[in-house]
Amino acid sequence: MSASAVAADTLTRIARLNPAINAFTDILKERALAKAQAIDQTRSQGGPLGPLAGVPFAAKNLFDVAGLSTLAGSKINRERAPATRDATALRRLEAAGAVLVGALNMGEYAYDFTGENVHYGDCRNPHDRSRMAGGSSSGSAAAVAGGLVPLSLGSDTNGSIRVPSSFCGVFGLKPTYGRLSRAGTFPFVASLDHVGPLARSARDLALAYDVMQGPDTDDPVCADRPVERATPLLDTGIAGLRIALAGGYFRAGVFPEVQTALARVAATLAIKAEIELPQPQMARAAAYVITASEGAALHLDRLRRRPRDFDPAVRDRLIAGAMIPAALVVKAQKFRRWYRTRVLELFERWDAVLAPATPCSAPALGQQTFVLDKVEMALRPNIGVYTQPISFIGLPVVAAPVPVDPLVVAVQVIAAPWREDIALRIARALEQMGVAAAPRPPPLT
Amino acid sequence: MKTPDSDQLAQFIDAAALLLNLPIEPAWKDAVKGHLEATLRLAASFAEFPLPDEAEPAPVFVA
Repeated sequence: MSASAVAADTLTRIARLNPAINAFTDILKERALAKAQAIDQTRSQGGPLGPLAGVPFAAKNLFDVAGLSTLAGSKINRERAPATRDATALRRLEAAGAVLVGALNMGEYAYDFTGENVHYGDCRNPHDRSRMAGGSSSGSAAAVAGGLVPLSLGSDTNGSIRVPSSFCGVFGLKPTYGRLSRAGTFPFVASLDHVGPLARSARDLALAYDVMQGPDTDDPVCADRPVERATPLLDTGIAGLRIALAGGYFRAGVFPEVQTALARVAATLAIKAEIELPQPQMARAAAYVITASEGAALHLDRLRRRPRDFDPAVRDRLIAGAMIPAALVVKAQKFRRWYRTRVLELFERWDAVLAPATPCSAPALGQQTFVLDKVEMALRPNIGVYTQPISFIGLPVVAAPVPVDPLVVAVQVIAAPWREDIALRIARALEQMGVAAAPRPPPLT
Repeated sequence: MKTPDSDQLAQFIDAAALLLNLPIEPAWKDAVKGHLEATLRLAASFAEFPLPDEAEPAPVFVA
């Protein structure tokens, strides 16, 4: 099958299915067909093809795409000048032969776990369109879950790849902080922002991850490390790996479907050990405070000039974030280093730790509260209670989807910094053992 | 860390909005107050955590 035929088929499928889930905000028909044609030409001339030759993908609309305004889910950014070049991650995927077919819906300015968006419409969960896709990389997860594209790019500051991966039932990789370049992406919280892929298998995650690695002088945070490919190690199995379940904070309050998923994974991997992370609730609180403060600082001028053009749910949180006393933010950053040191000590004894990605499966669109550990609380800010203590110190995580009743949920496979290969190997093993899978949704038309 | 009561927090928000030149319409105030209250409650959980004076913050984080 030619790349052109794959691209054309994908574009047709997007046109047919997207209205049901509202995952895309831009469809790049001409660009995709031209790129696919170039790949076919290279192939016919016997030229070199990349490992992702002809694979269609789409990117959360906070990635710069040449010719498009980088929306970041907002109304205000529509007025930005169109980007003059693609984000680094896009360029690297396309250099490997992947074909960009569109830009994806997301929560406004990435301050979101729901996938609801007042400006572009809510992104809907392909498995049940009355439910949330999760955010903020809502379109990235929904487009893959719905079979519109096999691969997407998202970003994760506090859980924005892992939460929608859990709600939509796809594999998501949040790499180590600094591993993948964020150059050409609209920021949210500089010291917490990551980018990463979402796909239907651990192998596809690894393939995309490998071609996006490498230093990038355009992102001062991007690590100056050589490429450490995960794909060659993917099928080496998990024999000898020391894997534990995160207990205490990470078990309190989870819904029955999440308990079921964790129990199934633990039984399959014969995990006996349950360990406590040091002060995870403080880590979550510190991540929350840093996010609110840094996010507010980023948007302060827009909040002054155009407060009515924000989603009210985002605006009110950002305004509150602007008022946090500086001493608390500094304390949060100091605590962060303490917590990192203690958690890294745990990784001297363990190769990976498993934890829930979300407290529950996808809530209904519009749902405002849920009961967590017997306390009713606001849903929107609290979906990330289990993801925030992990991204707070930049650990690599694969969200591995586990189909359970009533809907799929994901388990976080967490490894030590720079050991994405271990998290991917475990996710791959869970797939092979029949526990992790990206389930097909009911027909979307 | 002391938790301000509702009126004190409302006064703080008014003063901070003035200082930051942030327009807050009356209809938004309760939501802003709710978010700030929740954030300060979370901050209180680590605010008293004992750390030495030499503890280095991590504003530019290194994994």
